[in-house]
Amino acid sequence: MATTTAPEAVRLAELPPASGRAGFGGALRSEFTKIRSVRSTYWTLLVLLAISIGLGAAITGGTAAHWNQMSPGDQASFDATQASLGGLFYLGELVITVLGAMVLTSEYSTGMIRTSLTSMPRRGVVYAAKAVVFTCIALVVTFVAAFISFFLGQALLASTHHGATLSEPNVLRAIIGSVLYVSICGLFAYGVGAMIRHTAGTITTVIGVLFVIPILAHLLPQSWFWDIHRWLPSSAGEALSTTVGPPPEHLFSPWGQFAVLGAYTAVLLIAGGILFRKRDA
Amino acid sequence: MIEVRGLTKRYGDKVAVNDLSFAIEPGKVTGFLGPNGAGKTTTMRLILGLDYPDGGSVTVDGQRYHDLAYPMREVGALLDAKAVHGGRSAYNHLLCLAQTNNLPKRRVGEVLDLVGLSEVARKRSKGFSLGMSQRLGIAGTLLGDPRVLMFDEPVNGLDPEGILWIRNLMKALAAEGRTVFVSSHLMSEMENTADHLIVIGRGRLIADCSMAEFIARSSGASVRVRTPSPDQLVMAVAAEGGSASASGDGTLIVQGMTADRVGDIAFEKGIRLHELTLLRASLEEAFMELTADSVEYHAATPGQGSGEAASQPGPAAAPQPHIGSGV
Repeated sequence: MATTTAPEAVRLAELPPASGRAGFGGALRSEFTKIRSVRSTYWTLLVLLAISIGLGAAITGGTAAHWNQMSPGDQASFDATQASLGGLFYLGELVITVLGAMVLTSEYSTGMIRTSLTSMPRRGVVYAAKAVVFTCIALVVTFVAAFISFFLGQALLASTHHGATLSEPNVLRAIIGSVLYVSICGLFAYGVGAMIRHTAGTITTVIGVLFVIPILAHLLPQSWFWDIHRWLPSSAGEALSTTVGPPPEHLFSPWGQFAVLGAYTAVLLIAGGILFRKRDA
Repeated sequence: MIEVRGLTKRYGDKVAVNDLSFAIEPGKVTGFLGPNGAGKTTTMRLILGLDYPDGGSVTVDGQRYHDLAYPMREVGALLDAKAVHGGRSAYNHLLCLAQTNNLPKRRVGEVLDLVGLSEVARKRSKGFSLGMSQRLGIAGTLLGDPRVLMFDEPVNGLDPEGILWIRNLMKALAAEGRTVFVSSHLMSEMENTADHLIVIGRGRLIADCSMAEFIARSSGASVRVRTPSPDQLVMAVAAEGGSASASGDGTLIVQGMTADRVGDIAFEKGIRLHELTLLRASLEEAFMELTADSVEYHAATPGQGSGEAASQPGPAAAPQPHIGSGV
């Protein structure tokens, strides 16, 4: 272990002279070090990849196996792109919210936030740097998950001759849309995390909003459901991933739906940022 | 220099820090003393901008902490050694701190060497003992080679070896001309290290003075006298407005007058003295006495209160019953 006697004098090498001030660049490097140096990041991202790709493969593989039992109508309306991406935007979304929440809430649960804000007291900078680093990592990983899911799914659907290709209409939009949708769900959780500051509370809240509210909304009288459906943050996933048939009824366009989610997320990020700056750490 | 002016902080109805003003001068070890719950940690959090004051202000070298160009080059603070992500290695913990202030990467290795944690640099800090965590925290404070160092109860829970290590380190840091601001609820901790004292109780300033002044100011100073005619001396002292009482070992303890005065009185009355000693109140007792009214949670101690409590962790406690007990 360590030496037992303290140094007689604290002799450290001279630091290079300081110029400028601590800012966003240093904060970005620091946040990247933080996120890459804990195991939970790797576990979460591994689970994201496994679940997205695995579930996508299960849906497409299962469909292929039962293709001949399906009615011609079902076969015609089958959305091969959406099926292959289903794992990503149904369950991948769930996993990314855990990571998005933990980026900030883990600092509160461990007490690290006090150390972080002592070394970099300009909180807006810390908040933005965390969001940027998380977003970049989420985009890269969901991008990989989306393309693997898509190509694996189409390969499994080969026997049906109903697989999709990138050049078909709406397919690329669905893939990129899923990447953006899942990533922004993570940012949604990040904003909520800044307000709630507890991991479990944040994840519960986000799951409630993104998963449970849509299910409850289905229980409403149908005309009410149609009225609120387009205003739910989770509807963006459905709109963006649909490539076959007429656009879903009572929804805005896919990117319009994405804008609704984006607006909610922006509000949460701003509110979270204000609280992060104003509250005692 | 850290300047605190009229600092006030409330948590709900509770006033944690109440109109506190003091300055921490450079190049000294300043002890920050107060009973548990006196507001020491809150004050330090306010200095560092972790909490926002309800009134008053704090500046570090004339600037708000938030405005310091490179905070880690100015102030190294360790409030809670366990305030780290346990899943991160010691090296990466220090690296992510260094990066915020654009400090070179090699610095991390240097401070790890300094605190003796190089061998466990790649281990996750979750498995560290309190002593090792404390060293990791101190390594973090030294990253920016700051002129001001702030430690909150740095020896709490450490074994004697760890305590000695921290003490020596603080002395070494001060010897280099750095400002060391260190809090404790144990006076004995300050006795050998602090040059200056800031004492608070219930969020208010009780004393802001040098160590010597602090001792002198406390009323606990008393005089031990050994004489073959104790009864005569007791009467003579009482006649001059002092008080003397017998202590167990056949000596008298005189209070309320200086040693010189006791000697003069004895000479005038023709009383022979075999010993005349000024007993400096031990620091712990002076502290207990000063803060007796401001202790937030009193234990209902049967018999005498603070005199007893004072003697347990402190150095050999001086006389017995006269001192303390402001309860």
